[in-house]
Amino acid sequence: MRLFKKKKNVHLPDFWHDYEEAFNQKLPDNINEIRFVVLDTETTGFDYENDRILSIGALSLKNSTIIVSESFEVYLDQYFYHAANVEIHGILRDERKNCISELEAIQQFLKFLRNSVIVAHHAGFDMKMLNCALERYGLPKLQNKVLDTSYLYKKTLIYSPLLTRKEQYSLDELAEKFDIAKKDRHTALGDSYITAIAFLKIIEKLKKKSKFSLKKLMR
Amino acid sequence: MNNTISIRVADFLKRFPPFNAISKSDLEMLAGKVSIVYRDKGSFIFETDEIPHECFYVVHKGAVILKNKEKDSLLDMCDEGDIFGLRPLIANENYKMDAYALEESILYAIPLEAFRPYSQNYQDVSNFLLESFASNTRNPYSIKQKGQLVSEKASESNNGSDNVMFDLQQVTYSKKIVCCTKSTTIKAIAERMTKKRVGAMLVVENKLPIGIITDKDIRNKVATGLLPITAKAYSIMSSPVITYPNTMTVSQAQMAMMKSNISHLCLTEDGTVNTAAVGILSKHDLMLTLGNNPAVLMKAIKRARKVKKIKLIRKSIMNLLQGYLDQNIPMTLTSRIISELNDACVKQVIELSLKRMSTEPPIKFAWLSMGSQGRSEQLLHTDQDNALIFEDVPETELTETSEYFVQLAQIITKGLMKIGYEYCPAEMMGSNPKWCLSLSQWKSTVGHWISYPGPEEVLLSAIFFDFTIVYGEKDLADELTEHIFKETSTYPVFFRHLASGALQNPSPSGFFRSFLVEDDGAHKDFFDLKRRALMPLVDGARVLILSHQIKSINNTAERFERLAELEPNSQELFLACSYATKALLKFRTKQGLLHNDSGRFIALDTLSKEEKIKLKRTFKTIKELQELIKVRFMVANLLS
Repeated sequence: MRLFKKKKNVHLPDFWHDYEEAFNQKLPDNINEIRFVVLDTETTGFDYENDRILSIGALSLKNSTIIVSESFEVYLDQYFYHAANVEIHGILRDERKNCISELEAIQQFLKFLRNSVIVAHHAGFDMKMLNCALERYGLPKLQNKVLDTSYLYKKTLIYSPLLTRKEQYSLDELAEKFDIAKKDRHTALGDSYITAIAFLKIIEKLKKKSKFSLKKLMR
Repeated sequence: MNNTISIRVADFLKRFPPFNAISKSDLEMLAGKVSIVYRDKGSFIFETDEIPHECFYVVHKGAVILKNKEKDSLLDMCDEGDIFGLRPLIANENYKMDAYALEESILYAIPLEAFRPYSQNYQDVSNFLLESFASNTRNPYSIKQKGQLVSEKASESNNGSDNVMFDLQQVTYSKKIVCCTKSTTIKAIAERMTKKRVGAMLVVENKLPIGIITDKDIRNKVATGLLPITAKAYSIMSSPVITYPNTMTVSQAQMAMMKSNISHLCLTEDGTVNTAAVGILSKHDLMLTLGNNPAVLMKAIKRARKVKKIKLIRKSIMNLLQGYLDQNIPMTLTSRIISELNDACVKQVIELSLKRMSTEPPIKFAWLSMGSQGRSEQLLHTDQDNALIFEDVPETELTETSEYFVQLAQIITKGLMKIGYEYCPAEMMGSNPKWCLSLSQWKSTVGHWISYPGPEEVLLSAIFFDFTIVYGEKDLADELTEHIFKETSTYPVFFRHLASGALQNPSPSGFFRSFLVEDDGAHKDFFDLKRRALMPLVDGARVLILSHQIKSINNTAERFERLAELEPNSQELFLACSYATKALLKFRTKQGLLHNDSGRFIALDTLSKEEKIKLKRTFKTIKELQELIKVRFMVANLLS
């Protein structure tokens, strides 16, 4: 196993090795000791092939506490650009907000992320976007465990013939349900914050339901 | 480090002392070092004798209770913007109280080390630290900023007399002082007082109070014709102003008003007329503080211009309820008064929501409360179950009209959530387009439930048919009721289904008359008072009263009393049912107040022997009632 790993990673840069190293440490069993990284990305669009990440926002959550100084927020320098999406994320092409290169962003992000558990709303999208970016630099996929608040939220709902459950719940709907101010919506870090608070509330709700266990949550 | 979150934190903090004294850039710097802490309802932030954390706390959302563990007395309640846990940090001693979240809360934890430099650079901040060191509990300025008159003295004396809830009563004196100069005309003054809804106006000169004009002055000196409305302020003002320091206690304020026979006190920075006025305290504000009086609370609700204010009043209502229970006031009276007050809160929320819509409602509508609130049995905060019904419109306008009302209902349900009614987990709320219908849509919906009574329809009927109108056009609700009776007489089989639904509740006791407890979930080994004891009575009363075609009695106990009149043969049983309902409701309410929840689940080992016997006695009544329903509606045939 070790041999196999070494062989595969032989051409990978140091920062990736450092990131991988973090996974040698097992995740704690107690949920209060686990570091969650709640993240959101703003992108030029929804096409995994062509669209690019414009900004990554992430904050770290441990023991129901968000440490503001441990927040992560970067804006990326991208050539690919869709005018149609400016309305959503508000990032104009020429608006240089201390932009850094994609590779630089990945490097910083992996350093921030370590072996933490990722939490995101519609996590599939963000993960795919990030993994595509990694792939462009010949890097393997992210190895973290991932939790999706959209999926978890559905688990908090009661099973009742009277309630029509939706297939998807948007972050706006969650913010509405949990009474979280929708300030800074559609900035990566602002959305991460909303996701983080929603995540905390969802966990509290799930804990009250029967048979809650961390293992089940992580599955 | 500056980022979206730290700016967000700074934006919040700058609204409250001592942070309002700190410059924007410094505050953003400080905010970057903050931690955001989430605490679920009932969980501790710190406990007595714990070593102090490295940070103190500011409540961002929710509420935190500070409690003396030994005496089990409440010391303080911290609301949005309040600071706590600062003193032990500075004094370097262990926490002397428990702090726990009264409701789901988000707190900002500010490290003292990061905060300390500002206390040296800003005079206001250092004063703040000094004062909080000197005073015993928390934010010393809350007295001024939040209008909290309850100072240390007041809370101590009250703890002594066991009236611990006193501390929780929010006193709000108007800190937005309405004032004029001595040459303002009386007409302009009266107009402003009306607009600002105040009973007194301060006359100032160079920010110092020189006189005060109250409603009474205008009545006595102007309306009598003594002076024209063009006269100037100085001609009618009372002068000099009687001033007090803003740190005075409730009892001092009471004494002051009695002594000088005045209804408004002017509070200044140091208590003399030589410093700027910081607020006006009216007799009404004071009454509200002392406020175990439904009339005062009712007035306060109607005066509330913000949903947040209603939330505070609801806390007073809970105190009132506690008082009634402690004094053993009859349950019928208690539930009637509390329900009235709760209804008034809902009404006010609707009033305020209507103001937020850009246009007036195009047609008449009615807001219905269902479930326990509809039955006037809701004493504690529970989930909201409600519906909206609007007049019929031509087909072409239906979409537009229902969109308007759904939007309105969304604002209303959000407001209700803010004052403590949680969203219904099954989304039975007016904001759900399925529960926001025109009169004829409702008619066909309930008609469908009655003519095709499957389990789902019976459940829906059970919840919906206890509706009561809270706001709006009564005729709409009446017409719907009429329709329900008409339909049920056409489809009598509906009653059999409703009756069978009423018998579906799980039994409260086992074969050996032991309590049956829940065997799963968060309430494992608790007794589910609602489902096992209250619901059988509620459901039973509903089917019986509907079969008698009696309308406009929604309260379960009252329904049984009426049934006792209608059926002399079963009089004894029905009266027993009425009694059992009241007893269980009281039980639930007491448990709920004790644990700050809905009181639905009860830990049996906390009950005294006497309480257990009382509970069991009601089970016997429940069994007899269920037998009667089974026989009368021939449910057995249906089940077999």
